[in-house]
Amino acid sequence: MKTTSDYIAGVIGAGSFGTAIANIMAENGKVLLLARRQEIADQIHTTRTLKGRKMHENIHVTTSHEELASSCGLIFPIVPAAAFRNMLQQLSPYLHPYHILIHGTKGLDVRLPEGKVIHEVETLEKEEVKTMSELIVEETVVRRVGCMAGPNLSFEIFDGQPAATVVASHFDEVIREGSAVLRSRRFRVHANHHLIGIELAGVLKNIMAISAGILEGLGYGHNTRSLLIARGMAEIIHLGKGLGADPKAFLGLAGIGDLVATCSSSHSRNFTVGHRLAKGETLAQIIESMDEVAEGVNTTCIMRALANRYKLPAPITQAVYRVLFEGMDIQRGLRLLMEYPFTEDVEFI
Amino acid sequence: MAKPAKLAYQNEGILLPPVIPQIKDWPIAKLLRKNKDFVKLVQAETLTQLHKHAAREGKDLHDLIATTMHREHLRMVEDPWKIDPKDERKFWKEIKHQLVQNEQLENDPAAFSAKSEEMLESIVSVYANEISSTFKPSTYHFAKRVLPFIFSTLLNASAGKTIKSVINHRIGLQEKVHLRGEIDALRTLAAKGTIVLVPTHISNVDSIIVGWSLHALGLPAFIYGAGLNLFNNKILAHFMSRAGAYRVDRRKRNPIYRTTLDAYSTLAIEKNCHSLFFPGGTRSRTGMIEKHLKLGLLGTAVEAQRRNFLDNGSQKKIFVVPVVMSYHFVLEAKSLINQHLKRTGQEQYYIINDEFASYRKFIQFIWKTFGKTSDITLNFGKPMDIFGNFVDEAGVSIGQHGRDIDVKEYFMTRGEIREDVQRDGEYTRMLGERIVDRYHAENHVFSSHIVAFVAFEMLKRRFPDFDLYALLRLSEEDRVLGLKEYLATVDRIMQVLKNLRDRSKVMLSPHLETNTMSIIEHGVKNLGLYHSKRPLTFQNPQTLASEDMNLLYYYRNRLEGYGLENHI
Repeated sequence: MKTTSDYIAGVIGAGSFGTAIANIMAENGKVLLLARRQEIADQIHTTRTLKGRKMHENIHVTTSHEELASSCGLIFPIVPAAAFRNMLQQLSPYLHPYHILIHGTKGLDVRLPEGKVIHEVETLEKEEVKTMSELIVEETVVRRVGCMAGPNLSFEIFDGQPAATVVASHFDEVIREGSAVLRSRRFRVHANHHLIGIELAGVLKNIMAISAGILEGLGYGHNTRSLLIARGMAEIIHLGKGLGADPKAFLGLAGIGDLVATCSSSHSRNFTVGHRLAKGETLAQIIESMDEVAEGVNTTCIMRALANRYKLPAPITQAVYRVLFEGMDIQRGLRLLMEYPFTEDVEFI
Repeated sequence: MAKPAKLAYQNEGILLPPVIPQIKDWPIAKLLRKNKDFVKLVQAETLTQLHKHAAREGKDLHDLIATTMHREHLRMVEDPWKIDPKDERKFWKEIKHQLVQNEQLENDPAAFSAKSEEMLESIVSVYANEISSTFKPSTYHFAKRVLPFIFSTLLNASAGKTIKSVINHRIGLQEKVHLRGEIDALRTLAAKGTIVLVPTHISNVDSIIVGWSLHALGLPAFIYGAGLNLFNNKILAHFMSRAGAYRVDRRKRNPIYRTTLDAYSTLAIEKNCHSLFFPGGTRSRTGMIEKHLKLGLLGTAVEAQRRNFLDNGSQKKIFVVPVVMSYHFVLEAKSLINQHLKRTGQEQYYIINDEFASYRKFIQFIWKTFGKTSDITLNFGKPMDIFGNFVDEAGVSIGQHGRDIDVKEYFMTRGEIREDVQRDGEYTRMLGERIVDRYHAENHVFSSHIVAFVAFEMLKRRFPDFDLYALLRLSEEDRVLGLKEYLATVDRIMQVLKNLRDRSKVMLSPHLETNTMSIIEHGVKNLGLYHSKRPLTFQNPQTLASEDMNLLYYYRNRLEGYGLENHI
C-alpha cells in the first residue's frame, strides 16, 4: 500500500463481532480498530478490555476515518447494515483505488422514500436493495471488495475455540490478502468466489434464527428445529436464487454451517429476539433492551417485500413478519406453516 | 438571404474542424505506416502471451497446436466461406503432418519443443497477417470525398425529392443522423488519450454510420474490428482494409487465434490508436439493448491500460465511450428476430450474414434505411476510464463525491503496480456490466419504441396464461387494441419514462416533447416503416392492430430492462 504504517489491516466497528475479528487478526500483527466514540478507544487503550472481553495488545484504536484509511490498505468494515452507507460516506473521501474492503455485515441496505419505514413497505424492487459489497462499489472508488461469513459467534471466538470462516470475492487477490491476515491455528479460512451468494447466505439465515428462537421459546425439541433448518435452507435458496445468487453458495460453511450455528445458539442475537417473543415480550421491548442490532428483523421486512414483488415462495419469512409486525399469534403462525403445502423434499436445486 | 460561407472542412462533409489536421500525424497513420513492423510486434507479443498462458494452465505447446489444428479442421469442413484463402487446407495439412512427425521426437525434449515452437510461429504468422489492416491516406482521402457524395445522392433520391434537390444535395447524412451527447468531451479526450468506442449493435448500417460520424466530428480514423464476412463485399473490403479495419473471424475460437487477435488490439490501443468495436459481438437478434458483452476485446483495453502504467511508465489513459444508436426502422429486423426465435434455448452461433454480399443488396440497404425514415440517433455517452469512473474533459477520473482518482492505483497491491491476470479479468467483467448500465442510461427512446412496447405488453396482459410463443401466434382478431385504453397506457408509460429520465436512467428523444396522441401517431407512422407487414398500424381511427407479432416483439424489446412492464 501507499502507507508506511505496519498495520496488517484495519477494522471498522467496535461491536462484538468487529472486536472478535480484530482479536483474531491481532495474532498475526498490528491491527487498527476504528471506534465511533473516544471513550471506547480510551477504555481499550487503558484497560485492554471492552465489555468484559479481553482485547489483544496488537489492537490500536482510533476514531479517525482518515487515519484508518491512510494507515491500512486492507479494511474490514463490520458495522450494522443500517449504518453502513453513512459509515462509507464518512470513509469514502479517504479511500483510494488500491484499498481492499472485506465486510462482515450480515444485513441489507434499502433506500426508502422519506417518511417510510421498512416494515410498512409491501413490495421492493431488486434495485432498491443492496448487499454491502454493492454499497461499497456504489459509494466509493474501491472495486476490490469481499465479504466474510460463516458460523462465527463472537462469544466462542473470544473464548478461543476453533472455528472457520469464508472469505468471498470475485478477486483471487482479495481472498488471498484476507486469508493471510485472518488465518491462525484456531481459525481456518475457506475461499469462495460467489460473492453475492455468500453475502445472502449470511443475511438470510437471520430470519431462520428468529424462527428457531421462537421454537425454542415454545419449548419444542430437536425434531422441530431440524424441520425448520431443512425448510429454512430451502427457503434461503429460493430467495437467494431469486436475487441472482448461485445455489451452491448456500451449501457450504457460510450457508448450512452458519444456519445450524445460529439456529442452535442462545448467544445469537436474532435467536434471542425469537426466544423472547415466544416468552411473551413485544418486539419493541426486545429491541429497546438489546445493545446491538439484530439484523434479522429488518431483513425479514426487506425479504418479505422482495418475495411479494417477485412472487418468491417464502412461507417462513411471511410468518415471521406477521408475528413480528402484525401481531399474529405465534401458535397460529406455526399452524399456518405446518399446513403449508410443501410437496417435494428437495426441489430447490 | 445569402447563405453563410462554408468553412474549408465543411466541403468534405465534416461538421467540426479536425482534431488533428494532418492525416500523417494521426496515430493510426503513424502506426500502420510501418505495417510490417507492427505485424511482427503482434507476432512476438502473441508468442509471449501464449507461453505465459501455457505455463499458467500447465499445458504444453504441442497440445495447444493439436487442439487448434483440430478445431480449424472442423471449421473448414463444417463452415467454409468464400473468402477463406485457397491454400489454408494445405497449410493445416502440413501442420498435421508436422505434429505426427514431432510425436516421434518425444524422447528428445529439446528437439520436440523447438519443433513445437516453429509450428506455433508459423500459425501465429498466418493469423497475424490475416487480421492486420493497413492505413492508406490516399484511399482515406478518396473515400471521404466520394462517399458523402454517393450517400447524399442516395438520400435525396430515396427521400423522393425533386431532381433539382438530388443534384443540389439538399439532404446530407447529417440531416438524417442526429449526433448527440458528449461530443465536445470526445473530441477533447481524443487529443489527450486513447478512445475506445463501444457502440450498441443493431443493424448492418451501424458501422457505416459510426464511421461517417467519427469523420464528421473531425476525429482521426479508428481501428475497427470488422467481421470477416463484411470483406466479402469487394468495395467495402477495399475501403475498410485501407481505413484501419482489421479482420475478426468469429468462427475461429481457438486459443492461438484469440490470443493473436487480442495482441493486435492491445498493442494498437497501447500505441495510442483509437479503437472501435461492438462489444455485443453481433447484431442484437432480439432487438434488445445488449445485456451481456463479449469481454475479449474489452479486456484488451484493460490490459493496454495496465501495460501503459506498468511496462511503459506512461500516464496515457484509455477512455471508454459507449455509443447508443436508435432507429425507428431496422431493415433486417425480420430475419434477426426469426433467427432468435428459432434458436431460443440453444447456444447462439454466429450466422454468416450476406446482406452486403452483393452491390444491389448493399445499395438497397442504404436506400431503405435512410429513405423516408425520419430519425437515426447516435448518442455519444459520457466518457469513462476503464474502471467505469466518469472522466472530465481534462481526462481526470472523478470518483464519488467529486474526488479526483489516480486510476494507476487500481493495479497496485501493497504499493506496487503488479500484473494479475485474474484481477484484470474481473475489472473487465465489471467494465462490461458498467457499459451495459450506461447503454440503458444513454439510450434515446423513440416514439416507435414506446408504441411497440405498450401494444405488446397490453396484449400480454390480456392473455396472462400465454407463453411468448403463444402470444406470437395470436389470431388476427386477438391482436386488436382499442385506442382509448391504449392512449391511457401510453400516457402512463410516458410518465414513468419521464421519471426515469429525471433520474438519469434513460434519455427521451426531443420528438417526444408533445402530447400523447401525437406521440402515438408519430410512433405508429415511423415504426418499422418499410416492412411489408406493419408491426403496428391503425385499423381505423379507434383501433390499432399488429400485422406481424414477431416484429412487434422485436421493436418492443428496445425498452426491455427498465421495469416498464410493471406499469402496463
